[in-house]
Amino acid sequence: MRAQGEAIRDMVGSLLRRAKGRGPFRHGGLVALVILLAFNALVTPNFLQLQTLFVNVSQVATIAIVALGMTLVIATAGIDLSVGAVMALAGATAPLIFMSAFGQAYPVTGLVLAFVVPLIVAAACGLFNGLIVSVLGVQPIVATLILFISGRGLAQLLTNGNLQTFSNPAFSYLGAGKILGLPFQGWLALALAGSIFWLVNRTAFGRCILAIGGNERAAMLAGMPIRSVKIGVYMICAVLSGIAGLIVVAINSASDAARNGNLMELDAIAAAVVGGALLQGGRAPVFGALVGAVIIQLVRYTLLANGVEDEVALIAKALIIVLAVYVQQARKE
Amino acid sequence: MTPLLEMTAIDKAFSGVSALVQSRLEVRPGEVHALIGQNGAGKSTLIKILTGAYRRDGGSVIFDGAPVNFSSPRQSQDAGIATIYQELNLVPLRTVTENVMLGYEPRRWGGFIDWRRAHRRTREILDGFGVNVDVRAPLERCSTAIQQLVAIARAVSINARLVIMDEPTSSLDDREVDVLFGVIDRLRRNGVSVLYVSHFLDELFRISDRVTIMRDGRTVGCRPIAETSKLELIADMLGRDAEEIRSAGMTGFGGVHAASGERLLAVEGAATLNRLKDFSMDLRRGEIVGLGGLLGSGRTEAAKALFGVDRLTAGSITLKGARVSWMSPRQAISAGLGFLTEDRKSEGIIPDLSLRENLTLAMLPKISRRGRIRHDEERRLVERFIRELDIKAAHMDQPVRELSGGNQQKVLLARWLALEPELLILDEPTRGVDVGAKAEIQRIIRDHVEQDISVLLISSEFEELVEGADRIFLLHDGRTTSTLRNPGVTEDMLIGAVAHNANEASVQDGQ
Ligand SMILES: Nc1ncnc2c1ncn2[C@@H]1O[C@H](COP(=O)(O)OP(=O)(O)OP(=O)(O)O)[C@@H](O)[C@H]1O
Ligand SMILES: [Mg+2]
Repeated sequence: MRAQGEAIRDMVGSLLRRAKGRGPFRHGGLVALVILLAFNALVTPNFLQLQTLFVNVSQVATIAIVALGMTLVIATAGIDLSVGAVMALAGATAPLIFMSAFGQAYPVTGLVLAFVVPLIVAAACGLFNGLIVSVLGVQPIVATLILFISGRGLAQLLTNGNLQTFSNPAFSYLGAGKILGLPFQGWLALALAGSIFWLVNRTAFGRCILAIGGNERAAMLAGMPIRSVKIGVYMICAVLSGIAGLIVVAINSASDAARNGNLMELDAIAAAVVGGALLQGGRAPVFGALVGAVIIQLVRYTLLANGVEDEVALIAKALIIVLAVYVQQARKE
Repeated sequence: MTPLLEMTAIDKAFSGVSALVQSRLEVRPGEVHALIGQNGAGKSTLIKILTGAYRRDGGSVIFDGAPVNFSSPRQSQDAGIATIYQELNLVPLRTVTENVMLGYEPRRWGGFIDWRRAHRRTREILDGFGVNVDVRAPLERCSTAIQQLVAIARAVSINARLVIMDEPTSSLDDREVDVLFGVIDRLRRNGVSVLYVSHFLDELFRISDRVTIMRDGRTVGCRPIAETSKLELIADMLGRDAEEIRSAGMTGFGGVHAASGERLLAVEGAATLNRLKDFSMDLRRGEIVGLGGLLGSGRTEAAKALFGVDRLTAGSITLKGARVSWMSPRQAISAGLGFLTEDRKSEGIIPDLSLRENLTLAMLPKISRRGRIRHDEERRLVERFIRELDIKAAHMDQPVRELSGGNQQKVLLARWLALEPELLILDEPTRGVDVGAKAEIQRIIRDHVEQDISVLLISSEFEELVEGADRIFLLHDGRTTSTLRNPGVTEDMLIGAVAHNANEASVQDGQ
């Protein structure tokens, strides 16, 4: 039994090793992506249509944006469970502002504030997470549990637990606009990925992130500002979650504090890990996170489009995470 | 006599770069076999191929009369090969017992681990090494040397036919080396073979029977130790002529320069919660000051107090006439200090980052503008240090974990030299580097001192202290006990002073 397990593991490992270092096959993720696409093209009805692309891009953008932030947090050997709650909080704040008396009286200012204030709220959440992790030294999974639990509650308090619908075309552009025929949020996700990539690979801040995750003690002894970098990372992750929260609200023209970003932490972690992030830190595959997000979304879509229930889809997602972690372990020669 | 181990024509390349070319190795039953060669010669790689940590590209391995092909270290262990790798494979957060027993814990019925027996057994094993530690304490609380001995104890405790030690003495002091050699002798008498990698050639003459020499991935010689000389071994390792080396001299420090600069640093009665009790010293500009003492005497702890890692609970530190109290290494660095730590793996390298990124880690603020790293400048700087320190790597973007141990050490040294600090604390700077590179590093240190940096040198090698330092402060049990001043200090004087401290302590203990 055990020998068999090892044999399979060896086989997977050697396949991966052979695949390594050869362009697009460096990530097992890309292989999985190709398989998923091929499967859908053959099985799922109407898959190869523009409409399908739109639906998926607009869905995948939010996962991708949050996964970018999660990738940074994971690169410092942390984790952020509060991303979904921060989405809800940011999402709930925006309509409150442009629907307020002030927002009605000054529509332009109101609209600007409806973007800015939620992101400030999100940044504050990130600051809170970062302080607890880096100053109090609490384990990230516990530290972010606080907002995971209370953040959504706060959002529901803000909206009295009601669904808030609105019609504000300018705000909705975030979720319904199109550039060159593709949803605006898809472009936004790409642009954000580009910026984060630049941050990781070109700046001292990015180098610090990788060093902290790779060997925190060595980074500290080399004089790196561990605390501020960690705080910065949680803030970036929270702001990205805030943006995703706004997108969801804009898509629906409604803010539902109970459902906005629900279970997003799992999707984001899964996307980051499938994309090649190591939970023990030290690696930040930014574009991997995009690929991971697409895979997570495609799995959900495949199952949904083929009439599999949502509950089963959850199990499928769990299996993907297990597989990704297994592959990572096997890859470590 | 049929050999216990025969490796022939072993080839290994890492992504196209050859690390081993037709290398061979033969170990007889019950012999202590030394394996030597310069940094990056392929010693560790050859060992890892034997134990199954790496797969070989070609060649054959015969162990105990049968061809073998281990695909994991566990397999070779079960076949009777116990290995202590150069980079210790221990679990710092677990207890000493867990580390010694890992995977071989005594079980009670039902498969539960019998902890009481495990602790007892561990204590017995460690007693055999003269190591007295709390086996229930997490391993990370022990010094590097104790950790090394724990790794050795672990390897020896599983009844092996062949015990491999990759630079086991690099962090041990003389007394512990004696303990280790006692263990090796016992193994030999019991018919166990020992394969022993070391850069300390004097040791080899004390302990080994035969020696295999490697150079650039090839085996260039194998002979009985009794029929060779240190000079001959060095000549073989470097591929040069023995006469040429003799005339060049052995150490890189090349005599002592009495420094007379202004006083840079003064420490008065410093104490920390971490074993430092009453530490005093001073240091002038352009001076190399040594810290001597046995293991656990508080040398590394003194360095950590100076560098802002441990907070002072008493005493004072004065830098350039001003009282300082740093809250973090970051502040110490901006005040002009640098600290090369003794534990390369846990406090030095960031394994997944490249050679380049590791080298410039401490100086990011200097090579970036408004947060953006200036890559041209970074590459130029790294190129310079690769050249100056003769660091061997495929290229500067190679992950640092792939470098040989000695080359990793050079990268870390370069990390601090590049920063051009005013005071550089070096904790075992030549650990794991080969004879040639060692003299080279000592020379580089001397050069930088001449360009006005000061050095605080911690070393377990008496020779290095005596030849390198202008003055030596001796520590015992966290206190400064005496000072020796060069010129005029001899190794015997230093050993005498250290032994004196130790004796006094044991007399006091006896009362
Ligand atoms: N995993 C790896 N990937 C790529 N190159 C490697 C890897 N391991 C070792 N090498 C290369 O192989 C060569 C031999 O390395 P090895 O560690 O065997 O040297 P060594 O003789 O043990 O040196 P040292 O005395 O410094 O420990 C070096 O050039 C090293 O960079
Ligand atoms: Mg080695």
